[in-house]
Parts: sequence; C-alpha cells; structure tokens
Amino acid sequence: MRWINTRPGRGTQLALMLFPFLLLAVAYGFGSAARLAENANDKLLPSLAGFADAIDRMAFVADQRTGDYLLWSDTRASLVRLFAGLGISTVIALLIGMAIGMLPYLRALLSPFVAVISMVPPLALLPILFIVMGLGETSKIALIVIGIAPTMIRDLALRVLELPREQIIKAETLGGSSWQIALRVLLPQILPRLITCLRLQIGPAWLFLIAAEAISSDSGLGYRIFLVRRYLSMDVIFPYVVWITLLAVVTNYALDRIRIVAFPWSELETQG
Amino acid sequence: MSELVIQNVWKEYGDQIVLENVSLTVASRAFVALVGASGCGKSTFLRMLLGQEKPTRGTILIDGQPMPAEPGPDRGIVFQRYSVFPHLTVLGNVLLGKEFSKSRHKAKLFGAARRNAVEEARDLITEVGLSGTEQKYPVQLSGGMQQRLALAQALIMKPKVLLLDEPFGALDPGIRAEIHTLMKRLWHETQMTIVMVTHDMREAFTLASRIVAFERRRDRPEEKQRYGATITNDISIWPPRQAGVPSIFSPDRDGPVAFLGHRRDDLALSGESNAAH
Repeated sequence: MRWINTRPGRGTQLALMLFPFLLLAVAYGFGSAARLAENANDKLLPSLAGFADAIDRMAFVADQRTGDYLLWSDTRASLVRLFAGLGISTVIALLIGMAIGMLPYLRALLSPFVAVISMVPPLALLPILFIVMGLGETSKIALIVIGIAPTMIRDLALRVLELPREQIIKAETLGGSSWQIALRVLLPQILPRLITCLRLQIGPAWLFLIAAEAISSDSGLGYRIFLVRRYLSMDVIFPYVVWITLLAVVTNYALDRIRIVAFPWSELETQG
Repeated sequence: MSELVIQNVWKEYGDQIVLENVSLTVASRAFVALVGASGCGKSTFLRMLLGQEKPTRGTILIDGQPMPAEPGPDRGIVFQRYSVFPHLTVLGNVLLGKEFSKSRHKAKLFGAARRNAVEEARDLITEVGLSGTEQKYPVQLSGGMQQRLALAQALIMKPKVLLLDEPFGALDPGIRAEIHTLMKRLWHETQMTIVMVTHDMREAFTLASRIVAFERRRDRPEEKQRYGATITNDISIWPPRQAGVPSIFSPDRDGPVAFLGHRRDDLALSGESNAAH
C-alpha cells in the first residue's frame, strides 16, 4: 500500500500525538540529570523537584512584599491586557474590514492605507507609544492593537471580497439594501472567519504583550520572566513559558468551539 | 405586465465589442431561451437584463420604463452556482426576501409577521418539492435540490421577470428532467416572463416558447476584436406554447404539468438522507 494511503487508527493517533511531547520531556530529564550530576547547583536545567518548588512558591505562597500570589496576579494582569487588545482589534477589524470589502469608495480610500500601516513594524513604534501614552496599560494595549488589527482588517476585507459575487446580486434581487445585505448576508458569513482570524492572531498578540511587559511594567507574565532572568531563575521561567503556552492553546481551542456552536453551517461546509 | 424591450443594444469592454446591435422584444409571460456558443455574449446579455452591467449603447425597457441600473426585486435570478446562502437554512433562504421587504432596519421578522411569512415560505418550499428539508443547510442538499431552493427563494419576491443563467447545467440528466417538469409547471402557474441562458439545445426546445440564438457573424481571429455577436436566429416554437394554456397538440409535452408524486431528487420518505454526496 502506498504511504499516502496508510492512516493511523484512533489509539495510534493518540500515541503519535503524545510522542513528541514525551520525547521533549524525556530529553529534558536526561539533560537536566546530567548537568545536575556534574554540579548540584546548576541553574540552567532545573530538576522536576526544582520546578515543583518554584511553582509552589509562585502560585500558592503569598509574596512577602505585596501579599499577592504572583502567578495569579501576573496572569490576571496579562490576560486583561491581552483580551482588551484582542477585543478592540476585533471590533476595529470587523467594522473597517467589512466596510473595505463591501464599499468600493471606502476600499479606494482605506485599502492602500491599511496595507502600508500593516507593514510598519509594531515594535519599532513601542518607544513612541511609551512617550505619547505613558508607561501604563494604554500603551501596552495599543501595541497589541497596532500589531494585529491591520492584519485582521486586511484578512477580513479579503474574505468579504472572496464571497461569490452571485450571492450579493441574489440578495439585491431579493430587495436587500446595502445595510440589509451587510447585516443578513455578509456579517453572518464573516463572523466565523473572524473567529478563525482571531485564533491566528493569538500568537502575535502574546508576542507584543510580552515585549511591552518586558520593557516597562510592574506585573504580568512577561514582566516576571524578564525580572527573574536577572537571577537566572530557570525554575520560574520554564513554568511561566509553559503556562503562557497553555493559556494560548486553551484560548485557541475555546474560540474554535465557539465558532462551531454558534455557526454550525461553517463546520458543515468544511466537511462537505 | 412584464414586457421586455431591448433596442439596439451594444456592449463593449474597452476595444472588445461583445454584443452589437441587439434588438429583441420579449412578450409578457414568454419563456425565452438564449442559446449560442461559449463566449458569444449571451450571459453578458442576461447580466444586462439583470442590471449587473450597463449596455454601452442602446436601451432596455421593462414595461415601457428604462431598466434600473442595479439589480432589484422585479427581476429574479438563478445562477448555475452560489445562488443560495450557505449560512441560512432552507426556510431561512426562502424567508430572506420577505424579511428584506418587510423589515427595513433589522431585516428580520418576529411574531405574527414572521408566522405569516413562514407560512408563505413553506407553501413555496412544498411547491418546489423540498418539504421536509426546511431546517437543513444548503450544503446538506444535492445540487438539484439547491437549484429548487434557489427557485423558491426567487419566486417569493413574485418577480416580473425570472432570469436563469445556465441553472441546470451542472445537474445530471435524470435530475434535470425532473426539474424541467417543475420549471414548466412554475411557468404555467405564475405570471413571470422567463429568460434562460442555456448550452443545452434540447433543454431550450423542451422548455421555451421562443429560442433566440446569439452568434458572431464574423469570427476570423483578426475580426474577433471588432465584431461582436448578435441575434442570428429567432425561432418561435410551433405549435405555440403559451403560459397557462394547455397545448392542444401535445398536452403531455407542452401543457401545464400536474404534480406527479415524489421523484428521485425529492426528499426520501423513508427518512434516510439522500443528501450524502
């Protein structure tokens, strides 16, 4: 049988899925054990016990200075910024993206502008944001928005343009006005794509968030990582990285579930 | 009621002349089939009737009034594909026209208004043989059922003119014959004038009351650019077919068609889904 036609069963699929993760953990275990055998005080690859100790310290013991449980207060601070940034970007992208996709006049006005703006490296704008908006939350959220909104706008505008012209003509022959067509024909078909687009932007959003937190902040997951870096605290950095990854994965999964529940037809279509 | 008058219409894209000097008068309640080779401009002609494109020269009148410059509810359309909305159920697709015309801002009906509209929509869904599929999405329907849905969706607006752009071209022959029967019945029962573009001569002669052929009179490569297609043949079917009037010559073929029970393309009664494809 050809390789392209051999498929794994359910059990094999699960085993294959877990294999790379296990491999990574085992490789780390060996590396860590080897280094610790050479030097018991090695900080670069801490042992599992070291991690457990650090996680316990960060998550379940109140900080002596502030009385906060650091992992949770960091998580809250970061997620508030992240979701504010994602939310604002989503609203902007939906409004401007739909307008660009639908209305030729607005397309002529905004499409080239957005294309140019999306090419500006957002991190290069970070100093400007800090100068103009101060070092508080606003500049961090603004960085996320500037980083991901232009891409989302372009993506959504393209999606609107991709919808078959026939559908819009048909809606016109059913007596729909521009507003009605936007509301009943375009918007419902764009929303599932907006969610997918948002999922793809979770990665970049975290990137911009951590960059902003690393440079100027007094809380947040990115802030903590860059703070403990000074003490070479790999036992804190590794769990934080895993935690951030986990948060991103869960957000990604949750958004996809929302799409399937709210727009069942979008799932039928991909299966069809 | 719904007479179409096309006077000296030309269509050019830049230097390319697609249609030249087309004049045609379509009587009310006629069923005109437009035939011709690929790329001879018959779909362009249909798009001009639809209002999707403007003639370069000449005028198109509907009931003596100039054709509006954009598509509107007086002219329904069924395309070969993409005629139905994938995000709406069968019922939602048929309701949409009602919701557009009755609810200006929300484009959605509630309460009694919705119940009335739903009733009307259900009647039409039954009329085209889709009853039982109201809550399905278009992807769950076969190609023939999707085209029936597109017809029902257009019919709820009671358009003066129904335009069909190779509507049955992608269907296999058995399904096509069944939908032809439906098409004939609809033509007899409604007040519409129908203009259909088709590649299929047999289809044209089975359904239409009049067949109009487009052709390029000059088709040498060096002439292609500067000479467009025009009407070269205009055949009225004999014995004449008239909407709503049984044919005395061959009633089974040309007269109004009675409902013949469930067909292959209708929803399976046994409850098994025939949408798997």
